[in-house]
Amino acid sequence: MSAQRITAQRRPRPRGWWVPYVIIAPAAIMELVIHVIPMVTGFVISLLNLTRYHIRDWSSAPFAGLANFITALNISTPIGQGVLHSFGLSLAYTVCVVTLAWTFGMVAATVLQRPFRGRALWRTLFLVPYALPMYAGVITWNFMLQRDSGLVNHVLVDQLGLMGDRPFWLIGDNAFLSLVIVAVWRNWPFAFLMLMAGLQSIPADVYEAAAIDGASSWQQWRRITLPMLAPVNRVLLLVMSLWVFNDFNTPFVLFGDGQPASGDLISFHIYNASFLTWDFGLGSAMSVTLLLVLLAASLIYMRATSPKENRHA
Amino acid sequence: MRDTRGMKILRVVALTVLGLFVAIPLYAMVTTAIKPLADVQSSFSWWPSRITFQPFVDMWKTVPLASYFKNSLIVASCATVASVVIAIFAAYAISRWRFRGREGFRTVVLSTQMFPGVLFLLPLFIIFVNIDRMFGITLVGTPGGLVLTYLTFSLPFSIWMLSGYFDGIPTELDQAAKVDGCGPMGTLFRVLLPTARPGVVAVAIYAFMTAWSEVLFASVMTTQDNRTLSVGLRQYSTMTNVYWNQVMAASLLVSVPIVVAFLALQKSFVAGLTSGAVK
Repeated sequence: MSAQRITAQRRPRPRGWWVPYVIIAPAAIMELVIHVIPMVTGFVISLLNLTRYHIRDWSSAPFAGLANFITALNISTPIGQGVLHSFGLSLAYTVCVVTLAWTFGMVAATVLQRPFRGRALWRTLFLVPYALPMYAGVITWNFMLQRDSGLVNHVLVDQLGLMGDRPFWLIGDNAFLSLVIVAVWRNWPFAFLMLMAGLQSIPADVYEAAAIDGASSWQQWRRITLPMLAPVNRVLLLVMSLWVFNDFNTPFVLFGDGQPASGDLISFHIYNASFLTWDFGLGSAMSVTLLLVLLAASLIYMRATSPKENRHA
Repeated sequence: MRDTRGMKILRVVALTVLGLFVAIPLYAMVTTAIKPLADVQSSFSWWPSRITFQPFVDMWKTVPLASYFKNSLIVASCATVASVVIAIFAAYAISRWRFRGREGFRTVVLSTQMFPGVLFLLPLFIIFVNIDRMFGITLVGTPGGLVLTYLTFSLPFSIWMLSGYFDGIPTELDQAAKVDGCGPMGTLFRVLLPTARPGVVAVAIYAFMTAWSEVLFASVMTTQDNRTLSVGLRQYSTMTNVYWNQVMAASLLVSVPIVVAFLALQKSFVAGLTSGAVK
């Protein structure tokens, strides 16, 4: 102990060492209060039998152990089946939306990579769905997908005559398709934005050298663009997948109170399980399970895609 | 260097398809906002039977839109100002000091960004209810709770983007400022901030967009008196008899300022993303 004190005396802290701690404190406190503490609380609540009777004073809620988890994950009961159904649905939704959004973003970023007349205009147009307040865009789609007064049925049924009956788009099985289309519309500009930013950091002379060597556009894209974008894609795909998987807003605004089974994404499902029945213990158990699954998936993804030279470093 | 023929064809096809996909809903929103009510109650038409601006007048009476607007404006403005100020200081610390806990902070901040909102919605709601019970500070049903929540939502991105900007400013400038007698705060306000102004503006726009668009927390943490636009318009659009022309007019009105601001600043936005991605 005395040795430590001597060391401390010999090497006094540099002047102003405390400055970064003070100026980062507000951000750290906010993160703590809004994210970290609620997350820890969520774990605690998932172990309690916290229903509407205890909401004002949740310290009085009886301890439930793992009962909430067992209820949420027991697939022989309707509750467990509901969770499993929503999970599978969210998985399918994520694969569809991320694949399409990434493809659209990649195609648009590639064809807008080189200057031509009107390029800035196209780029601006493509960013509008991202800039638009999320609910304004989704409400517009809700209007377009109305059975009797919507644009989609007007085009498909009245103008093109592709379908005899006017299909419903916001209830029944079609709701999933509608959800995917709206989510792609909303999310692809973000992929475009990120990929466009990534493309800007690729020096033009790499392409010039490849063109002199006789590489076609496709070869240039395959051999230069794609590898150079690998770091951007690694983060972009992860972030987009997590956002889309956790998507609550799109079904919430698109379906209103309709809530078709084919659009019952996992976040939406947990929200309804918690706030419609006021069973917060069960809702938290579902959330915690979801978090653990996402955490494991993210870690596996990051390991599997980490650049080889760093893996053993 | 000239583009090949194949590339030109691909460009025309891709731009047409994506352009239509993006533009048709925007077109529907704008043209519906200027239709008379009869037009939106029958089958869809591509063009109004007559152009009217009546929906922009009527929409204020159908729902308390002015109140939603005011509430959203208060919440989003407060959250934006607070978020930008807090992010500036945090980004300055991360960019200019190597202190203990720096990496831990960055990891926590970035990872919270990825977890489902419902995960902390529940506990946060319960924490707010209990803060009210214990300290008498009402956070549910007042703008305060939403301001606190929203400012934290935009913090991770803002800190990430601003520290990228600060990293791009040579430390020689800091040294010069120090020689001239500036303390750490003087350096921040006289040297870094003026240079990083586009970044600060882009971050502010992002924070405002985040707060302006949020639905989930707003739906749980507001009551009829302090409804924000997102929840109000959602309710409006799911009523049994929807005046779509008014809903579209309201959607247009809440979108235009944000879209214009974002598009005007898209260059700084992309620059900020690039500086972050390069690191």
